[in-house]
Amino acid sequence: MIINHPLLGPRDADEFVHLGDAGLINRPDGLAEGAIEAFHDYLYLRDNPAGLYRELWYHEQGDRSWLVVTRDTTTHEISKVELARDVARSQRRGQ
Amino acid sequence: MTQDFRIDGGLVDRKQTLKFSFNGRDMYGYAGDTLASALLANGQRLVARSFKYHRPRGIFSAGSEEPNALVHLGQGARLEPNTRATVTELFDGLHASSQNHRGSLEHDFMAVNDRLSQFLSAGFYYKTFMWPKSFWEKVYEPVIRASAGLGKLSMQPDPDTYDKGFLHCDILIIGAGPAGLAAALASGHAGARVILADEDFLLGGRLNSDTQSIGEQSGAHWAQDSLAELASMSNVRILRRSTVYGAFDHGIYGILERKTDHLADGGGKPRHVLWRVYSKRAILCAGATERSIAFANNDRPGIMLSGAVRSYANRWGVAAGKKVAVFTNNDSGWQTAADLSAMGISISAVIDTRDIVAPMAISGAALVMGGRIKDTRGRKALDAITLTSGLTVPVDCLAVSGGWSPNVQLTCHQRGRPQWNDAIAAFVPGGELPKGLTVAGAASGQMTLAAALKSGRKTAGQALVDLGFKYTSAPALKASDEAFSVTPFWHVSGSKRAWVDLQNDVTTKDIKQAQREGFQSVEHLKRYTTMGMATDQGKTANVLGLAVMAEATGQSIPQTGTTIFRPPYSPVALGAFGGRAVGNEFRPTRLTPSHKWATECGAVFTETGAWMRAQWFVRAGETHWRESVDREVRDTRASVGICDVSTLGKIDIQGRDAAAFLNKVYANGFARLAVGKVRYGIMLREDGLCYDDGTTARLSETHYVMTTTTANAGLVYQRLEFARQCLWPDMDVHVISVTDGWAQYAVAGPNARKLLQKIVDPEHDIATEAFGFMACGDVTVCGGTAARLFRISFSGELAYEIAVPTRYGDGLIRALMSAGREFDVTAYGVEALSVMRIEKGHPVGSELTGQTTALELGMDRMVSKTKDSIGSALSQRSELQRDDGRRLVGLIPVDTSDTLTAGAHFLDIGAAAKMENDLGWMTSVAHSPTLGHSIGLGFVKLGHIRHGDVIRAWDGVRGTDIKVEITSPHFYDPKGGLQRA
Repeated sequence: MIINHPLLGPRDADEFVHLGDAGLINRPDGLAEGAIEAFHDYLYLRDNPAGLYRELWYHEQGDRSWLVVTRDTTTHEISKVELARDVARSQRRGQ
Repeated sequence: MTQDFRIDGGLVDRKQTLKFSFNGRDMYGYAGDTLASALLANGQRLVARSFKYHRPRGIFSAGSEEPNALVHLGQGARLEPNTRATVTELFDGLHASSQNHRGSLEHDFMAVNDRLSQFLSAGFYYKTFMWPKSFWEKVYEPVIRASAGLGKLSMQPDPDTYDKGFLHCDILIIGAGPAGLAAALASGHAGARVILADEDFLLGGRLNSDTQSIGEQSGAHWAQDSLAELASMSNVRILRRSTVYGAFDHGIYGILERKTDHLADGGGKPRHVLWRVYSKRAILCAGATERSIAFANNDRPGIMLSGAVRSYANRWGVAAGKKVAVFTNNDSGWQTAADLSAMGISISAVIDTRDIVAPMAISGAALVMGGRIKDTRGRKALDAITLTSGLTVPVDCLAVSGGWSPNVQLTCHQRGRPQWNDAIAAFVPGGELPKGLTVAGAASGQMTLAAALKSGRKTAGQALVDLGFKYTSAPALKASDEAFSVTPFWHVSGSKRAWVDLQNDVTTKDIKQAQREGFQSVEHLKRYTTMGMATDQGKTANVLGLAVMAEATGQSIPQTGTTIFRPPYSPVALGAFGGRAVGNEFRPTRLTPSHKWATECGAVFTETGAWMRAQWFVRAGETHWRESVDREVRDTRASVGICDVSTLGKIDIQGRDAAAFLNKVYANGFARLAVGKVRYGIMLREDGLCYDDGTTARLSETHYVMTTTTANAGLVYQRLEFARQCLWPDMDVHVISVTDGWAQYAVAGPNARKLLQKIVDPEHDIATEAFGFMACGDVTVCGGTAARLFRISFSGELAYEIAVPTRYGDGLIRALMSAGREFDVTAYGVEALSVMRIEKGHPVGSELTGQTTALELGMDRMVSKTKDSIGSALSQRSELQRDDGRRLVGLIPVDTSDTLTAGAHFLDIGAAAKMENDLGWMTSVAHSPTLGHSIGLGFVKLGHIRHGDVIRAWDGVRGTDIKVEITSPHFYDPKGGLQRA
């Protein structure tokens, strides 16, 4: 696969490490009421969609950026690549 | 043996005679021959025994689709089994031998299987070896294994080297036949970066095997001229002997280039190169593969594909027989008869299954229209055929053509599903092709030369326009549009066995049996009969097998369906996938800055991840490792020792929010660590279990340096980047790994400070009042070299770690050792380090396994409950807070002469060795030279309230059962007075 890095352009997927669901960005507040339940859902419950999936990739053999890659799990077609930091910041502002 | 079957013509170089051997017999061929063409030239028709029935087999095809002629190639460690003779380029000194027989090729004892064939049909194993159950491992499996498989491995390490490479192009053209060459010329002229790859050593595809002309030239000449033109273009790269074995995501293709297989001596160069090609567009011009017709005993040596017989005559100047018959359902069989006849080879008969007027006259041949072959004869090779009319024709070669199947394999590697095309009675590419891939020529169903040339050029034109290149169409090349008409005909019915898949010995009977027993779907058919599951992936068999199944079920072929193909297109040696990453080169080896010095000092090294670390240092007179390790521990605790700890992960952390960041990633508090101080920290995973530990030093308000364990250095760094970018993106903090930037040495023992005072420049006061336990700071050493000093202790002694930029590491260790001479300083390795940490009760990877909690490790008070850090929430889960769980304890043998073993399980006195009585296990053991006996660390259920109890350490693997006393894990200086001195 080739991942079109927002800063570095197209790079081979071999340069990256895959983590999983981009939902891991939305870490619950550990001090809030019901934090154990919230962390349980955050850590263990995942969708497994046949189709578009947003997932985290780490450019370990490159600039060490964490990326949010939108990939079709049935075709491996990648429709969007974003810096995870930008995604995290915009989600924060949205809250 | 002389080349009795060599005729005039062909593209071999008759000036270069090559000597080779087959089954120990010397033979001769010419440069340009394959092993198969040379064997045929020498009249060697029997070359193999079949997989299951051990039937005599000969050469069947002239290309990579070959199911029969698999041989052992080479000798000794270079022996390679299952090599296809049809694609093996002949060289002087080649050694080949036949495989899959007991006794000689001519007299194979396993041929008895052929007589037992009615018991060996589809599903035989599933039905026969069911019971008694106990027979499977002892009787059935060994017998089956002994007779299974084709070739034998050398069982020696591969002496050859392999390499990998990366290529980029605008257009990858797969196959250099007429369509591929036309596509390459158009693309090359337009200025695109082109890679043209073909599996053959002589490029041109069928142009070299047929007699059609292009313009005024023969096809073979046109191919060579075109290749010369392409070779002159700097934007075109031609890869010969290169198989495109797989189509992967996003325009990536895998190519295996065979660099030295055709040379008698590879000269030490890589044998194969595995290319990963990044293409913007790819054009598949892989041509088509001929298929056979099923009739009784259609597998005898001498029965070959018609196009192959033509290739051997036209390209290699070899007559596959002296009396040849043709059996065909289409016009290309007639082309074979005409070409051979023109070369003076006697054609006895042409049998066409179609009830039409014979398309041409063949001199001296009986032309049988609407004919069928009922049976064949010949024990070790074909000697006659019998038609359903009763006519028997003596022949030594039968050229069979059941039509041509486009080579759609690569179109299936993503999710393409070929579609049936009635006009050519074959599957053509269909469904979703790999993105960017288009198909031209016979591979797309354009079955004539003129059509192939035209579609190659046109397909390239479209790709060029897509990519923004200027493409001007040129006048079409003049070529003969040869007759190509086919009427499907699949098999001659009868009671005898008619082969469909030659390599896996699957017959029409097996397919009909699968149908009767309910295995009718193509996927079931394939797995039940093993059709198409041999190393050739059924290139010549699959469509025929489908057709037989379709007839048996009364369905059409499209209704019956098709199986698709996976990479690789043809077998790839595993060595090529390994490339250079073998043996010690499997991964990089990391050497510490003191490596050279340690080698000089007699160090014995051990691998720690990718690092080579000194395990211990052997001094004169020491004969056992324990002598060295015990001495290193004793001398360090008595005076001073030095250990290279550069392999620990070091991460530089800077920014206004660095303190807040560390407070998030460590479970214990870091917000109020003072400048100039170091703190031990424990990291959890988000699930609440312990992950890693280490120290972090605060060098200034905004500057920290963290150490991690050697094993987790990369992973902790990755987690910090994740926390920084994804979880707390607004924090002002930056992290960078500096593991390789610093050489770091632990200096430990009562004389550590005195030694360091000789090295650290005098303006830096390191007396305990000024530089107490857990202090850190910038210093200079040896007259001005910048260094960092940390007063931390892993050994439990008065200890420091001193760090200098890596380039000074060798100098510093030598300076430290010579400064320490007056204190009898010792260098110590990781083994002594480990002994001292067990004596001190520090957990490492054996205890921090990723399955243990802070509570179990006795560090639960470190986990802050007043802040939100990684893992803090889930560490409070009730299951992780059970107060009846396991706890880390120390263990000493009641009889101190006993030796403890790691991995032993704990049981109460008198309890049976059963899981329900299991109390925990021993994680680390060492001989403590300080205490004079064996000590251990381990997890014991309720261990924290059982100090002083005696239990058993039961080791079922080593057969020991030792009484041990539970103690505190801190064996040595439990109050920590020494390290604060």
